[in-house]
Amino acid sequence: MATLELTIDDDVAVITVRRTRRLGSLFWAAIGWLIFVVAAAALAGLLPLPSPTDMDMLDRRAPISALHWLGTDGLGRDELARLVYGARISLTVGLCAPVIGITIGGALGMLAGYFRGRFETTVVGSMDVLLAFPPLILALAVTAYLGQSLLNLTCILGVLGIPAFMRVARATTLSLARREFVIAAQALGATHMRILLRELLPNVMLPLLAFFLLGVAVTIVVEGSLSFLGLGVPPPISSWGSMIGEGRESLEIAPRLAFIPAIAMFLTVLSLNLVGDTLRALTDPRQGAL
Amino acid sequence: MTEPALLSVEGVAVDLPTPRGNLRAVDRVDLQVGAGRTLGVVGESGCGKTMLSRAILQLLPKKAKLSGRVMFDGRDLASLDPESLRKLRGRSLAVVFQDPMTSLNPVLTIGTQLIETLQEHLELDSHAARQRSTELLAAVGIPAPEQRLTQYPHQLSGGMRQRVAIAIALSCEPKLLIADEPTTALDVTIQAQILDLLAREQRRRHMAMILITHDLGVVAGRTDEVAVMYAGRVVERAPTPALFKKMRMPYTEALLAAIPKLDAAPHTPLPAISGRPPDPTRSLKGCSFSPRCRYAAGSCYQEKPALAGSDAPDHQYACFHPIGAAAGIHA
Repeated sequence: MATLELTIDDDVAVITVRRTRRLGSLFWAAIGWLIFVVAAAALAGLLPLPSPTDMDMLDRRAPISALHWLGTDGLGRDELARLVYGARISLTVGLCAPVIGITIGGALGMLAGYFRGRFETTVVGSMDVLLAFPPLILALAVTAYLGQSLLNLTCILGVLGIPAFMRVARATTLSLARREFVIAAQALGATHMRILLRELLPNVMLPLLAFFLLGVAVTIVVEGSLSFLGLGVPPPISSWGSMIGEGRESLEIAPRLAFIPAIAMFLTVLSLNLVGDTLRALTDPRQGAL
Repeated sequence: MTEPALLSVEGVAVDLPTPRGNLRAVDRVDLQVGAGRTLGVVGESGCGKTMLSRAILQLLPKKAKLSGRVMFDGRDLASLDPESLRKLRGRSLAVVFQDPMTSLNPVLTIGTQLIETLQEHLELDSHAARQRSTELLAAVGIPAPEQRLTQYPHQLSGGMRQRVAIAIALSCEPKLLIADEPTTALDVTIQAQILDLLAREQRRRHMAMILITHDLGVVAGRTDEVAVMYAGRVVERAPTPALFKKMRMPYTEALLAAIPKLDAAPHTPLPAISGRPPDPTRSLKGCSFSPRCRYAAGSCYQEKPALAGSDAPDHQYACFHPIGAAAGIHA
């Protein structure tokens, strides 16, 4: 066998190849819309908006005017103010509930996929039970028992999201746990904790985060549906879903009362999906592999 | 060897339960490796080489059953508690795997993987660990090590990745390095470089090494002793020069004949070993190589030959009709 001498050029330039991919105007438009919505929701108290709960019974379903930019609703409340304050509720629930899901579901899924055995059977079994349970019935039962509040609503939606996150985390962990780099880490004397947190978590995080953004979008819609059914935040607090629900009563007279919050929700969910997809494609370091 | 061996594998057997019955992956293997020595383990795919290395590291699949003793530095690894075993791995025992694409974490930078290993075992602060990582990368022949630390595995070539894997394995100055087919996934020109690198680092660190490969050519110039494995058993064991001077086991001869030769005439058919290794879930009555062996006769189909030496004490083989013996049946 021929033997080659090691020749090392010290001046080999290491140029990190950075792909300057065009993100596209759609991505930036989505980012712009999200920043706009978040900023409006966060700064709602500072904006020169009328109170979202002040009723003006003489000015019900007023059309768009200089005083009421988006008109008033069936009880004479300023539609724009309700939309902005409703964004607060929708975004809070939409972000907090998936956080509950990704934390608990992700942890359970990784532990189940890594340790296998009886623990995995228990986790997967209980998640199947949770999945089989009709979500609306659960939401109804919890709100009936504990009362309607923002916290309860967030918790319900969070718990309902756990099985999906658990499955994503477990599936990814299962495919990774028998890979050689995990055995290599064990051979280097890594503890289970270290392997889970340092070797597996960075790998599992990517699909989980992509799923998280999808989860935010779905939760906003689900929160809307629950509020539409009157299971969401209690009145007079507005959320996009409850606004659509209230607008339904005057669909023939003033269809904008249902459509404006629906459009806001549609644009937000679409933006989240667009941003999530683009970010996942950009940050995946494995794209160069294989 | 007069001094006690660093690693002594005594009667190690690995059983794997499969749906088709018990699979004996490693069958009563005895091996010794002295400090600073190199043992080559040769055999074709599925002969138990990798399972043997996993058995030494105590990293067998959960269902596998290990019997026998693995003595390392005077301690039986099988009886150690998980915590001391964990401390031993990495610090005293290290391993380099076949495919550097899968043995490095794809989403962590080279630097993270090296530095964390160093911090874990040597309790260095982050600056010292970084310094040492750069030195290690330079030692394994990686140009511009400082920049490499910030790169991901997929940004390196296969040879570079294997160098990084070797650097990680060497990071804590192990006493024994197990190289499990370290060059199989690499280009031929890179193979020689990686093997030279391993040999150089081994000499420098006075480290023992087990070189697992399916290529007799790889072990020829680079090992002190060779063990040839077939169907989970060691079928021939000898100091490297003695083995290549006078091999006794027909399987070893067949393996060597299967290596293409540069001086052969064009279009010379390459001799191959006909048939396939026996089904490891069914135990064969006779010698496991007998169905493929051209010397097989009589007793070969009836009983298993024991691993024993006849003329030289350190040259052992498991065969009734060793090459070079008179055409009679001994034993």
